[in-house]
Amino acid sequence: MSNTSFVRNEMLPPAPPPVSQTGLVKWLRENLFAGPLNSALTVLGLGAAIWLIQAAAPWLLHSVWVADSQNECRAIVQERWGPDATGACWAIIRARWHQFLFGFYPMEEYWRLFVTFAGLLLAILPVLATSLPRKLLWGSVLYPLVAFWLLWGGSVWGPILTLAGFGLWAAVFLALQVRLGVVVAAGVGLIVAAVFWIYGVDPIETGLQSVLPFALPEVDSDQFGGFLLALVIGATAIVISLPLGILLALGRQSDMLIVKSLSVGFIEFIRGVPLITLLFTASLLLQYFLPSDTKFDLILRVVILVTFFSAAYIAEVIRGGLAALPRGQYEAADALGLDYWQAQRLIIMPQALKISIPGIVSTFIGLFKDTTLVAFVGLMDPLKGISTAVRADINWKGIYWEPYIFVAVIFFIFNFSMSRYSMYLERKLKRDHR
Amino acid sequence: MKKSVFFGSLVLAGLAAGVAGASTLDDVKARGELICGVNPGLTGFAAPDANGNYQGFDVAVCKAVAAAVLGDPMKVKYVPLTGETRFTALASGEVDMLSRNSTWTFSRDTELALDFVAVNYYDGQGFMVNKNLGVSSAKELDGATICIQTGTTTELNLADYFKANNMSYTPVNIADDAEGQQKFLAGACDSYTTDASGLAASRATMPNADEIVILPEIISKEPLGPAVRHGDNNWGDVVRWSFYALVAAEEYGVTKANLEEVAATTMNPEIKRLLGLEGDMGAKIGLDNDFAKRAILAVGNYGEVFEANIGASTSIGLARGLNAQWTQGGLMYAPPFR
Repeated sequence: MSNTSFVRNEMLPPAPPPVSQTGLVKWLRENLFAGPLNSALTVLGLGAAIWLIQAAAPWLLHSVWVADSQNECRAIVQERWGPDATGACWAIIRARWHQFLFGFYPMEEYWRLFVTFAGLLLAILPVLATSLPRKLLWGSVLYPLVAFWLLWGGSVWGPILTLAGFGLWAAVFLALQVRLGVVVAAGVGLIVAAVFWIYGVDPIETGLQSVLPFALPEVDSDQFGGFLLALVIGATAIVISLPLGILLALGRQSDMLIVKSLSVGFIEFIRGVPLITLLFTASLLLQYFLPSDTKFDLILRVVILVTFFSAAYIAEVIRGGLAALPRGQYEAADALGLDYWQAQRLIIMPQALKISIPGIVSTFIGLFKDTTLVAFVGLMDPLKGISTAVRADINWKGIYWEPYIFVAVIFFIFNFSMSRYSMYLERKLKRDHR
Repeated sequence: MKKSVFFGSLVLAGLAAGVAGASTLDDVKARGELICGVNPGLTGFAAPDANGNYQGFDVAVCKAVAAAVLGDPMKVKYVPLTGETRFTALASGEVDMLSRNSTWTFSRDTELALDFVAVNYYDGQGFMVNKNLGVSSAKELDGATICIQTGTTTELNLADYFKANNMSYTPVNIADDAEGQQKFLAGACDSYTTDASGLAASRATMPNADEIVILPEIISKEPLGPAVRHGDNNWGDVVRWSFYALVAAEEYGVTKANLEEVAATTMNPEIKRLLGLEGDMGAKIGLDNDFAKRAILAVGNYGEVFEANIGASTSIGLARGLNAQWTQGGLMYAPPFR
């Protein structure tokens, strides 16, 4: 009987991991072929992707950038890639890109658009990046008037006097706030400012203009179009609807019966009606109530209703944020002896807004895309209005996909940046340890 | 554009509602600008060019009226109107006139309180098919799939026509002309139907134009013309006779180029009245006697307008057909200037 027990006295040499557990194969197994269902879905997805690429790639690869008409595009494609080849005709974009971007704004005034856009970026910088000095925010507040003057032109005194009206409002508010309270003081200030705007601005403007003439050539609203129009409507509505939405959300939570019912009525009415209905109201119905010789600008009418529309949605998003705040936050504010507006400004709103960021930004993105609906009231939006107008040129008639793709790419850039910024903001403002 | 006007008009809105009704002619003269409702984009008829200036067959009517009333064909503000907004925009006073390929129908003339002052283009609905289909008449389209724009009179005409001929079809709904053309080329429908002028323009731009035929049947009457608000007859007269001046000019051989020469040499009293050399024609509609002369000088006579925008010399290449002068077997017939 021999002792055959075996004792290993040296270590096994380290072996590489099995093929199935490493590198690409592991990744494929885990992510694409983790089971029969996943494998089937992967194959189907791959098939769809290949089919799409096969359909679109030759068309995209055979792009023509320089041509005077669609027929010329076709001739070039057939000459270069054979008689049956089809290709994208981007020459339409090359010939008309300025109309897709700026509508029918006079070409010699394009510099004003560039200045306005650069100003927009400068103006939102202090709002977006909190590390910059807070005093720069005053520039952002003044920017809309500057932009208005640059875009529409006319006498420089108009915007300055409008600004003076706001100054008047602020002065009245500050003088009366202590005695009458925030809301009444703001109301009286608004009335004083409105009287000034209606009866004061015109004569003073005419007077100042004759003494110190300084004006840009006027550009009419119907010359606006394309992304200029989308940005004017979108940016104005975004900027005004946020504060309006906050007020409506607070109004809806208020204990005061009239304020509460007005806010609820406004929000529910606007949310219950499709945007197109509101646009038709703006474009058609309002004109019946106005004297036939008034020129109540169509863009302004549309901006007002789009703002209302978006404010109603923002109000509900913010109400969600308010509802998510624990009761203790309100009580803590009361315990510190803060009054209603102080509590809102210092304690409630910063938290409620932070919670609402994703909802607010997605409302804004939706609003920006909804600006293309103004095509239904005859405004030249980039997607339908300008595309139809450009296609009506016999040289470009029949071109279908190219304008849509061009407009979609630009919309994507705008909306993707907004979405990325909101995610950055969420991360930055994160205070909990979840 | 003044901001204070916005605020002011808001306040005035309630007070001044219903004041509308002053004479459109006086409004236009006071404003120094004609506000003309046009199609936002219809090949050959109205479309902005690369510089943003509206051009086209319908646009020429706006220019002629502006030249007649204000003495300058450039003093027009073009308001692009969609199919949904066009009649309301006219009725509410947002535009002075409509020159937007609108069909003159009974209910539009009566119920909608519009006045169609003339017909500047006689159109009709036709069908386009590929030669491979082997169809040579619309009567053979039984069972076909047909691309049709929803919410237009063409949709109703199509239904009527197939019902009357005891045939059936499958509609493929499309939203606009670009989509219809794309769907038809992609083979989504056997036939595409819309106004014959639109079909001709579409066909001209198709890669396989030789394989596409437009069937001979025209299944509807589409008299397209400028329209004004019902009730302001003087303004209607101004638009009507500014247009008929162009038609009459073609009939009498007056063109943009030879107008001055004809004016100096003509012995024909009708031409003399047309050009304001005799008879106080302009004064009778609140204009001066040169109004027709200015309209013709601005855009040319009817035939010149046709040729420059949609005629055989353009890529659209429409034949005159029904739109020839009555002396050439067409329907263009200007009442006498007398």
